[in-house]
Amino acid sequence: MSTEAASADQLTATEWSGGALPYRVGHRKLGMWLFIVSDALTFSALLIGYSYVRATSEQWPTPFPFYPSIVFSSVMTLCLLSSSLTMVMGVSASARRDYKAIRKWIGLTILFGAAFVVLHLIEWKHLIDEGLRPFSLPAEWVTRWPQASPLFGASFFAITGLHMFHVFTGLIYLAIIAARAKKLKHEDVEISGLYWHFVDLVWMFVFPMIYLLSVDFTPVVH
Amino acid sequence: MATHAEGEHFAGSNKLFISVWIWLLLITGLEVFLGYIHLDLRLMLTILIGLSVIKAALIVAYFMHLRFERLSLVLTLVPMLVVCICLLLVFFPDSFRNRNLHYRFETDKPPATVSGDEGE
Repeated sequence: MSTEAASADQLTATEWSGGALPYRVGHRKLGMWLFIVSDALTFSALLIGYSYVRATSEQWPTPFPFYPSIVFSSVMTLCLLSSSLTMVMGVSASARRDYKAIRKWIGLTILFGAAFVVLHLIEWKHLIDEGLRPFSLPAEWVTRWPQASPLFGASFFAITGLHMFHVFTGLIYLAIIAARAKKLKHEDVEISGLYWHFVDLVWMFVFPMIYLLSVDFTPVVH
Repeated sequence: MATHAEGEHFAGSNKLFISVWIWLLLITGLEVFLGYIHLDLRLMLTILIGLSVIKAALIVAYFMHLRFERLSLVLTLVPMLVVCICLLLVFFPDSFRNRNLHYRFETDKPPATVSGDEGE
């Protein structure tokens, strides 16, 4: 730890004063931030692509009734938001080097995240059973929205699927962090927190754009 | 550790994080409520994106504690992301133009012909 011995003032001096850590964050944290920015662009591109297709289509299916679909996805949102809070608690436990609390809070985060994935998979299964495919709509939807774009499935599965993949990867990442907490530095726990909050942040755009803009207002005919 | 007093300092109390979480829940609740009442799609889109940007800002500022980082880090990460996302909006004029090129379906035609090339 020779860098530790060097004067902290010298290390964290501003870029104009020749500091070695001008951002006052470690190289790993900076790397995670850069990854997050590039991943944010990936999701932006997907959401803009979805908006492009939707704006250019004559009609777009609005298949989610307020109950149960929107209520269901709101519960998923609640899970993800709460998992962010427990992750923050985990990071602050890590700042105190309280390993028991780190495991407890990160464990809760994993629980909420897993609940999100399970609920999302249930929803996917429901839609697939209805007949939704990446490039075709269920027959019932086609009669309801005759000019609707068949790309609904493609955009829905691509965006929520990539997001779900991120959540799933995050669960593995957090499990490794919790298991190795004692060997890791505080900043490593903080970095896993950054990733997790980013996954939450992406959902804050996916949820309104995919779900809340596709609420089914027409009364269901049985 | 003592020499790193400034760098290692963990900014933000649990109380602050819980209040941020409650704000995020309230904004989400408002969004869901807007989904419950019927609004014009464009108005809805504008309000939802506005609220989501506020939520994203809260998450980035407090949960990811960018607010407590050096300004140089913020200036490195945020402006370029905003510029790139705004540049993506360049596609929208084309999507509206494309929409006007669509063949207009006759309204009295049966819907089955519309999805004829979709296989199912």
